[in-house]
Amino acid sequence: MRRSAVAADPNAPRVGLVFVSHSAAIADGLVELARQMAEDVVLVAAGGTDDGGIGTSFAKVSEGIARADAGSGAAVLFDLGSAVLTAETALDFVDDDQRARVRVVDAPLVEGGVAAAVAAQTGGTLDEVVAAASGASRGEAAGETPPADPGRPRYERTVTLRNEAGLHARPAAEFVRLASTFDAHVFVDGKDAKSLLAIMSLGAVRGDAVTISSDDTRARSAVDALAELVESGFGEG
Amino acid sequence: MDVDSNWATDWVRRSADAVAAHKADLAALDRAIGDGDHGENLDRGYRAALAALDGLGDDATPADALMLVATTLISNVGGAAGPLYGTAFLKASGAAQGLDELGPSDVVAILTAARDGIVLRGKAEPGDKTMVDAWTPAVEAASAAAAAGSDVRAVLEAAAGAAERGAVDTEPLVARKGRASYLGERSAGHRDPGAESTALLLRAAAEAAADAAERRGS
Repeated sequence: MRRSAVAADPNAPRVGLVFVSHSAAIADGLVELARQMAEDVVLVAAGGTDDGGIGTSFAKVSEGIARADAGSGAAVLFDLGSAVLTAETALDFVDDDQRARVRVVDAPLVEGGVAAAVAAQTGGTLDEVVAAASGASRGEAAGETPPADPGRPRYERTVTLRNEAGLHARPAAEFVRLASTFDAHVFVDGKDAKSLLAIMSLGAVRGDAVTISSDDTRARSAVDALAELVESGFGEG
Repeated sequence: MDVDSNWATDWVRRSADAVAAHKADLAALDRAIGDGDHGENLDRGYRAALAALDGLGDDATPADALMLVATTLISNVGGAAGPLYGTAFLKASGAAQGLDELGPSDVVAILTAARDGIVLRGKAEPGDKTMVDAWTPAVEAASAAAAAGSDVRAVLEAAAGAAERGAVDTEPLVARKGRASYLGERSAGHRDPGAESTALLLRAAAEAAADAAERRGS
């Protein structure tokens, strides 16, 4: 059941990310936030002008793309107004080979950036990372379960959150990362277990019970693995 | 007569002079409907381009000079104008690739590529109250002049005149792109600073061609 390879090549470098903001503090802060859930991804802050003012820098974005793309590609997210112009112009100046591996993604910077970081951490391909970022704009609707088919057998387990943070931040990312290693569609209280934002939108805190389920009976191992992760308290003891 | 890399470098020098001379005017236009930094930013960009000209070799082509303008403007102007003008000169450089001398149709190709680059990057259409409203009439006037058999000097003169009229014609428009669009109806009654700076740059191109023609005595 467990996928043999999440990325096309398990030894391929991870997709990198560049965060373009008018503010250096915003870009740096987003790297700090996303780092909590993506310790192995190259995350580059490209915020502010060359002299530290408010604005975007062609040089910072260009260097960011060069650093973030280790061969598997990079996704570039941006904030306001001219940031997208700077990002797209920087892309114009890289060679054709690399340009094919870099995407400028229209997504909310913070939500999309975090979702993309988790997708990259779990070994997602460039397409999957871009889809994760773009999907973030759908907000809470992301990852809704399709209407249940009463005719299909269902396997589910209800477990109680024991860890401090509940299904939030790092534990949520760990949960999504584990869910992503299985082919099966698994849901948590009706939300897609592979969607970080959907999981975080549950707002499940310590002491809450969540139901992990799948309509796919072959997904028993996935449901069990996720239930055990929750019951283990995410290593927080 | 055709123009060569001397025209291209002279265009850069004259652009730098024009932008420096009109820095305050551009800033005033931009303060009315934008954030007021267009004059300062463009001046910084052209001063950097001027300084970078010294590094251009004797065998530099017009395309090399245009590429130098592209990279220095992108790196030094910032805001939306940096990427927009940078892309314009990048595409113009591409259109001039491999040519030592530029004839009327080459100049039309350069202006068209520059305008197309700006449209591609900024996604503005004519009538949105942006620099496209100066570039588009300039391209059309240059094409018409070249088709009528004009030389490079007359083609660029036509482009500069059309850009200047296009800039003036942005005054009654309501902005639909860029920061001025946040003002809605209140943006009407002001000239677009990007269209105005485009007119300045194309006037500099025409003056450089006229000067080249004078010096060659044609």
